[in-house]
Amino acid sequence: MSWLRFFRRRQSDADLQNEIASFLEEETADNMARGMSREDAHRQARIKLGSVQKARETLWTQNTPPALGTLARDIRYSMRTLLRTPGFSLIAVLVIALCIGAATSLFTIVRSVMLRPLPFNDPGRLVMLYEHFRAPQMNTDGFNYNVVAPADFYDWRSKTNGFQDMAIWRYGQYNLTGERGELPEVIHVGGGSWNLFPLLGVKPALGRSFTESEDQIDGAAVMLSWSIFERRFAGDASIIGRSIHLDGKPYTVVGVLPASFTYPDATIQLWVPYKAGLPEDILHHHDFHFSHVIARLRPGVSLASALSQVSAIQYRLHQQYSPAPVAEDVAPRSMNDDLSKGVKKPLTVLLGAVGCMLLIGCLNVANLLVARGASRQKEVAIRSALGAPRATLIREQLTESLLICIAGGVTGTALSTAATRWLAHAWKDLPTAQGIHVDSMVLLFAFGLIFAAALIAGLLPALSTTGKSVIKSLLTSTRTGSSSVSRTALRKTLLTIEIAVTVVLLISAGLLLKSFMHLRSADVGSITDNLLTLGYSLPQQKYDTPAKVNAFNEALLERLRAVPGVRGVALGSTLPAAGYGGDDMFLIKNHPLPKSVADMPDAITRTADPGYFTALGIPLLRGRFFTNDDTGDLSHKVIISQQLAKQYFPGENPVGQSIHVEAMHDSDFEIVGVVGDTLWRVDEAGKPTMYFPVLMGSVGAINFQALAVHTESNPLSYSVTVQKQIAALDPELPVSDVLTMDQVIGESLGNASLSATLVLGFAILSLILASVGLYGVLQYLMTQRTTELGIRMALGASRDHLLQLILFDGLRPALFGLGIGVAASLLVSRLFQSMLSGTRPVDPIVLGGVTATLLAVAVLACLVPAWRASHLDPMQALRTE
Amino acid sequence: MKPQATDAEMLKGTLDMMILRTLVSGDAHGHTIAKIIERSSEDVLEVEQGSLYPALHRLEDRGWVSSFWGASENNRKAKFYRLTAAGKKQLLRETQRWRQMTRAIGLVMGEGPAERGAQ
Repeated sequence: MSWLRFFRRRQSDADLQNEIASFLEEETADNMARGMSREDAHRQARIKLGSVQKARETLWTQNTPPALGTLARDIRYSMRTLLRTPGFSLIAVLVIALCIGAATSLFTIVRSVMLRPLPFNDPGRLVMLYEHFRAPQMNTDGFNYNVVAPADFYDWRSKTNGFQDMAIWRYGQYNLTGERGELPEVIHVGGGSWNLFPLLGVKPALGRSFTESEDQIDGAAVMLSWSIFERRFAGDASIIGRSIHLDGKPYTVVGVLPASFTYPDATIQLWVPYKAGLPEDILHHHDFHFSHVIARLRPGVSLASALSQVSAIQYRLHQQYSPAPVAEDVAPRSMNDDLSKGVKKPLTVLLGAVGCMLLIGCLNVANLLVARGASRQKEVAIRSALGAPRATLIREQLTESLLICIAGGVTGTALSTAATRWLAHAWKDLPTAQGIHVDSMVLLFAFGLIFAAALIAGLLPALSTTGKSVIKSLLTSTRTGSSSVSRTALRKTLLTIEIAVTVVLLISAGLLLKSFMHLRSADVGSITDNLLTLGYSLPQQKYDTPAKVNAFNEALLERLRAVPGVRGVALGSTLPAAGYGGDDMFLIKNHPLPKSVADMPDAITRTADPGYFTALGIPLLRGRFFTNDDTGDLSHKVIISQQLAKQYFPGENPVGQSIHVEAMHDSDFEIVGVVGDTLWRVDEAGKPTMYFPVLMGSVGAINFQALAVHTESNPLSYSVTVQKQIAALDPELPVSDVLTMDQVIGESLGNASLSATLVLGFAILSLILASVGLYGVLQYLMTQRTTELGIRMALGASRDHLLQLILFDGLRPALFGLGIGVAASLLVSRLFQSMLSGTRPVDPIVLGGVTATLLAVAVLACLVPAWRASHLDPMQALRTE
Repeated sequence: MKPQATDAEMLKGTLDMMILRTLVSGDAHGHTIAKIIERSSEDVLEVEQGSLYPALHRLEDRGWVSSFWGASENNRKAKFYRLTAAGKKQLLRETQRWRQMTRAIGLVMGEGPAERGAQ
């Protein structure tokens, strides 16, 4: 009640005025009854009433609780002070806006990606299950969670009861062809077991999810994602029950998923039943690892006990199938961790960088406020002499920094919504299943930041101006030639911290940038210029024999080679630097059998046409390339990479020897050649690779072909010609990912470049802030010491001497800060060492560069005030009050 | 003519009590309240409008009186005040305190200022 009246002050005031009017009327009427004339009666009534304004003011004050009243006054004072120096206020608000904006953006993403639960039913009880190999060499970073073989999953699900249920899903890709003449397109799909959606608690927006009877090899049901439903089917609900053609085969649309469902990422456009279209035998293999398993814990059962059952089953399977690559254990991972595995580290680094920038911003504003506090020193002293309590004075100054931070924070939060959208777009690996948007937690965070910033920026200066004894403050006069030593010391300390943090940021940015440059210039092992790449996959329905597949591929290669301006054409399963593409274990004939799974030779599996290596410029080191004779089912030839030769045939000539690959029709392959190494991703270490002839012909479920066309000039200008040649052979065949090789490499470097650029951006901003701070402090010092400098000059100090004096005064905190920063960065950079390649935390070039840059900027920032000091007119300086 | 205000200045804190007392006999608007106080004090106390209305609002805020807009005796629009149950209790408390106070002051004054001065 009593607080509410504050908000009813206006109403109350209006009421009062009405009451007073009514009083006047009554009194006038009374007076007239006593026989006064109308005018006199009114006059007397007014006299009796007294001051209306006073009554209104009394009521107004009475309706204003004391705390709110002081707050309003503080705000009014602070506003006046801030508006008196609009330049300072604008800069301070801008600095805080940038810092809080950046921090809020990063937090939005961190929260969305790492903290917010997925939009599923009771997500806390969901867990991902992976196979886990015990051998240490299988546990290098990123490989300790092995995707699951379907046969393992079916055993886990049927033979354990610790989990309420388990579901399995896999990635896939189909050609979606039009029903009414729409263009064909390649789409990414998910294959999910029939219980996946019920397990997640996701209800279809339209229709239903899969039934158990549809989850079969010949299952022909499909669920649309909301995005393709809107985009390609115009949001028409009558699509339910109709069929669409995937790889030429009709699938009945049974349901549409809600727009909120973008698991595992937004590129998945359709869902088919898990088993749909998989070869029968693949489901019975315990060593075909390609699936992801989600399990829901039974209430009251701990993860450890549920897991021990599954692990026990897995260990039995391991023993049963040894030495096949069947893992010993099962490893759990939370769904959030699973989705954010690739971005966790860079996000943490960026969050750290943004935190540093925010700290610098706050320190800078604190520094500026300290400088201003100096000019108000006497005012503060006089007020405290008149009895103002210290708390009041501090509160007043805090209000000022709070106003700056609120203005900056609000601007910054507004900026951050735009920045977040951009960042979420630019960051390709960012998981989007949770949806990235600002929620109440983020706003709360921004709110917290504003107050923290206000406290940091305001408390230091406020404490420093108010704590002194009144007499001392009043005595401290420029006339005496000595300035407040403690405040100068405070500003220098703030500056030193600022510079130290800047140095840490600069060095981190330098390391990330150098590592990015290193990746950028990494030798992929093949040519990368003037290379057009694209993909297509021949649908099994239409290309059902190896002969048909071969005929298409050979015809296409022939047509493309005939295009003027084409230097060479390569066809294979995957191109260099364009991805992993799967690996297989093999055995070497006439070599002793490996003792355990971990010792099994393992290599990336690729296919290549006879012209692949020549067109891509991959050198032949031994033996020969494939020829057109290496076709057909019986051509069991293989070409290996140099790394494979070195690793598994040390000191031998591998050409002419044979390897046995179980995954490739369980047959032997004769090594015909050794070629140079290529990288499968520019930011990953190379791995042994084996190439099988593409023209061997395969009619497996996944029949993806990657095509590279080496052209004489700008490769993108050939893209239409190449697509026309494909359409001429099969107008229903869509192509995917038409990119230049440079774009492919750029894409895989995108994230390295993004984090390097962002950290560099933060570092440069911090450098600017720090140099402005340095300049400000020195300028202030110079003004404080004007009289002293005048005396020095009068006593015969040379201008050079004064220049040196001020310059060293400013450079000292810079040097201190540099030293502390370098030491701190040695510790900090160890934290993100795994993000670096080609550099180490102690990098002389980066260290040298940063030191030089910082010193140069510091000298520049100091030079102006120092030069001004040395050009003072001594008479003027001595008279300065 | 404005009466002499020197003696008429109200003892601080008694205005609220007198307003509440006035309202015991029935609902009244500001003008009536002021008139009643002045009449019953035989025109010794003059109610300053500048403090009457804020006081009424304060009493209302504390829940001792409630208010409503109605028509005055002369059929003019006026804001009427009514004593609430809480207001009655408050009036009792204040009356009691006032009696104690006046009695105490009376005792002090009965002893005479001269004797106190001699101590």
